[in-house]
Amino acid sequence: MKILVCIKRVPAPGGKLPLTEDGTDIDTRHIGFTIGPHEECAVEEAVRLADEHGGEVTVLSAGPPDVAQQLRYALSMGAHTGVLVEQTTQAPETTAVVLAEAIGTLEAEKGTFDLLLFGNESADAGNYQVGIRVACALGRPVVGGIKGIRIPDESTQVFLRREGADGIETYQAPLPAVAAVKEGLNLPRYPTIKGRLRAKKAFLRTIRPEVSPGNLRTLRLRQPPEQEQETVVLGHGTDAAESVVDLLTRKGLV
Amino acid sequence: MSHLPDRAEAVVIGAGIVGNSVAHHLAQAGWHNIVLLDKGPLPDPGGSTGHASNFIFPVDHSKEITAITVDSMHQYEKLGTLVTSGGVEIARTEARVEELKRRMASARAWGIDSELIGPEKVAELVPFIDSSIVKLGFWTPSVAVVDPLRSGALMREQAQALGALTVSANTEVTGIETRHGTVSKIRTDRGDVETDTVVVACGVWSPRIARMAGARIPLTPAVHQLIDVGPIPELAETRSEIGYPIVRDMDPLMYERQSGADLEIGSYAHRAILHDADDIPSYETAQLSPTQLPFTQEDFDPQMEDALELFPEILNAPGAGIRHSINGLLSMTPDGAPLLGETPEVRGLWSAASVWIKEGPGVGRLLAEWMTHGSTEIDLHGADIARFYPNQRTTTHVRARAREGFNKIYGIVHPQEQWESNRGQRLSPFHTREVELSAKFFEVGGWERPHWYESNSPLLEQYADRIGNRPHEWDARWWSPIINAEHLAMRERVAVIDLTAFAQFDVSGPGALDYLQRMAVAQVDKDVGRIVYTPVLDRSGGFRSDLTIVRLGTEFFRVIAGGADGARDRKWFSDHLPEDGSVTFTDMTSAVCTLGLWGPRARDVLSSVTEADLSAGTFPFGTARHIDVDGVPALAVKISYVGDLGWELHAPFEQGMKLWDTLFEAGREHGIVPAGIGVYGTTGRLEKGYRLMGAELEGEYDPVEAGLALSKVKSPDFIGKQPYLEAREQGPAATLCTLSLVSNTDSAGVARYPQAHSPILTTSGDRLVDSKGRGSYVTSAGSAPSLGEYLLMGYLPAVYAVEGTALLVEYMGERYPVKVARAGRTPLFDPDDERMKS
Repeated sequence: MKILVCIKRVPAPGGKLPLTEDGTDIDTRHIGFTIGPHEECAVEEAVRLADEHGGEVTVLSAGPPDVAQQLRYALSMGAHTGVLVEQTTQAPETTAVVLAEAIGTLEAEKGTFDLLLFGNESADAGNYQVGIRVACALGRPVVGGIKGIRIPDESTQVFLRREGADGIETYQAPLPAVAAVKEGLNLPRYPTIKGRLRAKKAFLRTIRPEVSPGNLRTLRLRQPPEQEQETVVLGHGTDAAESVVDLLTRKGLV
Repeated sequence: MSHLPDRAEAVVIGAGIVGNSVAHHLAQAGWHNIVLLDKGPLPDPGGSTGHASNFIFPVDHSKEITAITVDSMHQYEKLGTLVTSGGVEIARTEARVEELKRRMASARAWGIDSELIGPEKVAELVPFIDSSIVKLGFWTPSVAVVDPLRSGALMREQAQALGALTVSANTEVTGIETRHGTVSKIRTDRGDVETDTVVVACGVWSPRIARMAGARIPLTPAVHQLIDVGPIPELAETRSEIGYPIVRDMDPLMYERQSGADLEIGSYAHRAILHDADDIPSYETAQLSPTQLPFTQEDFDPQMEDALELFPEILNAPGAGIRHSINGLLSMTPDGAPLLGETPEVRGLWSAASVWIKEGPGVGRLLAEWMTHGSTEIDLHGADIARFYPNQRTTTHVRARAREGFNKIYGIVHPQEQWESNRGQRLSPFHTREVELSAKFFEVGGWERPHWYESNSPLLEQYADRIGNRPHEWDARWWSPIINAEHLAMRERVAVIDLTAFAQFDVSGPGALDYLQRMAVAQVDKDVGRIVYTPVLDRSGGFRSDLTIVRLGTEFFRVIAGGADGARDRKWFSDHLPEDGSVTFTDMTSAVCTLGLWGPRARDVLSSVTEADLSAGTFPFGTARHIDVDGVPALAVKISYVGDLGWELHAPFEQGMKLWDTLFEAGREHGIVPAGIGVYGTTGRLEKGYRLMGAELEGEYDPVEAGLALSKVKSPDFIGKQPYLEAREQGPAATLCTLSLVSNTDSAGVARYPQAHSPILTTSGDRLVDSKGRGSYVTSAGSAPSLGEYLLMGYLPAVYAVEGTALLVEYMGERYPVKVARAGRTPLFDPDDERMKS
């Protein structure tokens, strides 16, 4: 089984992201980068599927040369091959074109990937587009929001599960197929020291596609307004009981 | 939210382990209105205390640091936040084996219970280690893990219980105001507080905070990388935070400690990654905390391989992964030591910065003591922030030395090791000539001083039978037999020594005499032209300095102090100037150059280039006068730290080259040689039994013990007089002695030369401890070529301070017999000082 996972380099979460002075970009001087939690699950799932069925996991990322860091992270989790697609813009439509072209190049050499995995949406831009656009460009079935993947032995079908408003939905799709997965799909492993040392030495293939930049451009980034949180002390000890009852009544909770 | 008072007796900025401890001990010392601020939230405001690895190895080669650490361990233990785990430093290489032996000697010198152990014992203590790559272990059972956040909280609570402390978290300092050079007010985003005392305990942010008041705290934030690998079943089974001894894998500059189910791996091996205090992310923008920066994996990869080699079994445990990895920020200073004490720039602004977890509580206690009483129980000269000259407080210098020093944290650092970066900061006017003579330069206070001159190598043949050699590389490192040859040439003929690094101060005005009387132990009220060598004491009667005062006029004096401690002397002297303006204090250091001209032919040389009468009758020892040396007006001071006939010649800086050339021209027929500080500071000095500030002389010893008590006590009051009188009354608990090495052949048949800090032991190998609890160790050591001996100095308890007593000195894992050659001050060479007085 051949599985491809697309990952994106994004700022590590936890802090308020500093912006550059002109407000068109994130000030990256003192921030760390990672891959989003959806994509971490995608890598984990791919590694588990390959362990189960045999085969190879390729990770692919489009971006500046620095994305090598994230590719190596995925390799240290157990992926086998890393491919870096050089790209400067961040527009989802362009990214999709670039990825589709790169996947075409890889498949021309090594054959079709049985499964393409994406994160449901990127952890930074959250455009929810790339996975679907790539699937359309390649003419393959795609389901988003996936939290369960099963491929029975010797099967040419994949069963994809996701949580809907009214319950759990299960899809069956013929391979090759595309899935955009969500956090909760599995519990991703931490990279091992041995994995890291192997990843450090791994060769990363670089592809330089020629595409025209898309039409989506960043004009300006703005910090969201601070959420004001006010704490009102209703009282201390038993003295507070009356106010609490009063509040619960006003809220219609009792 | 707390409300800040309008006024406070002291404001402590920074609620890490150091700030909490300072506030706590100030409250204990009776300060009743203290404010403790932090920009971050409590209990973990986001500084280095919150991410430190929290283990404590007590042994350090520095006596001062070891003492602070031991004090801190006692405090942590009392707070109930210390867990003893034991710890072992391991050697993978022969060089490190030697270093561990040296650490063992330091442990014995400072009284720490440690032991050298073989690989089998290491494997017993740490069963999952690959002991086949271990050559030797240095085991310290008292190594412990502490909880500094919890300790800080307890310290705050105790100070609050005394009603002495207001704590205000989430409070940012926006300014520090000064009036007439003294702190007056601190501004914050929650209001202003008037105060004349501010303590900057802000760790990596300290430079930024101090700058608000116009002072420099010379440190730079630097990255220390650490990772957590787990879960590891062997560790999880202990069901404790720390169940196994901590390992310091010294050769790859790393440590490994259990942290619950994880193994924490930290490194000082990666490239120095320096930050700027102004660039540290805020609490809001930081992904983990302001001082836990994103991990830069590629810097750590080689260390992973080293760790895997030592702990293959547990690091490859199924399911164990890298769960946490950070680039933690810590503080680096130009010399690696902390920055404690009042800043030299701003009165009332105190620094408590660049302090490790292991030192935090002790630093708080000592700083509070210093702020309250003006002196400290443990001598802090190596950590005093005032030790740096202005050139050493620049960002360029701090960054250069921090970059170079980072890998020395776990490195093998020879006691004489010289820095390579940012050299050539301060050059005497003789520098060009010294370079022409292939001087080997050592640095002091940024000055480049010749330690010896390669141009003197022909002397080696001349004195071949008297200079010896040092066959062991370690003993010979940063040393040359040329030093001994220069020494002998000086004793036989005459030598010139560049002493421009002296710190020199002019003190003048109607209050000058009274002021200096108050500063010095010796009687300063002498005739014009007389010089006085005097101890300078701190308030508790320990040594603050030793220096020479020359009376140049009734109201005019020159103070001449050593270059190593001149910056501290300057602060001490300027701090005590009378407020009435009756004394003018001028730092002359950069205006004056100095050459020492000593040896039996010194008078012949100098007489030929001056018309002044230099005869012993007209120009006796212990006097000074202005003379012209071939057109160079010089202050000639007849004194000698090497014990020979001659003068210190102090001249205008810009005339230095002419003075040098004149003396060498005149000296040619007398066989004049240039000599380095190797002679001045070691060989010449030791033969004469002269004491050195920072080696023999320090705050923990008094003049009676150092043999420097004067026959009479002058009537004017002076700083430290009362304890000085008491010390005279009580007699010494230890006496400074000069020892000679009886035999120095090691078990391999190699002649060894024990160096400073070696413990001095009884013939049965027991430590010598005096009635005040101070252990005996070698304070200085070096050759005495004129005596044909190797000498060591050290304080010995009264019963051992008897000439002829046989003792042992431990050096590099072996013990060598020594004997007390002199108890007290009388020199071994020329005991009646006839040469100097001739």
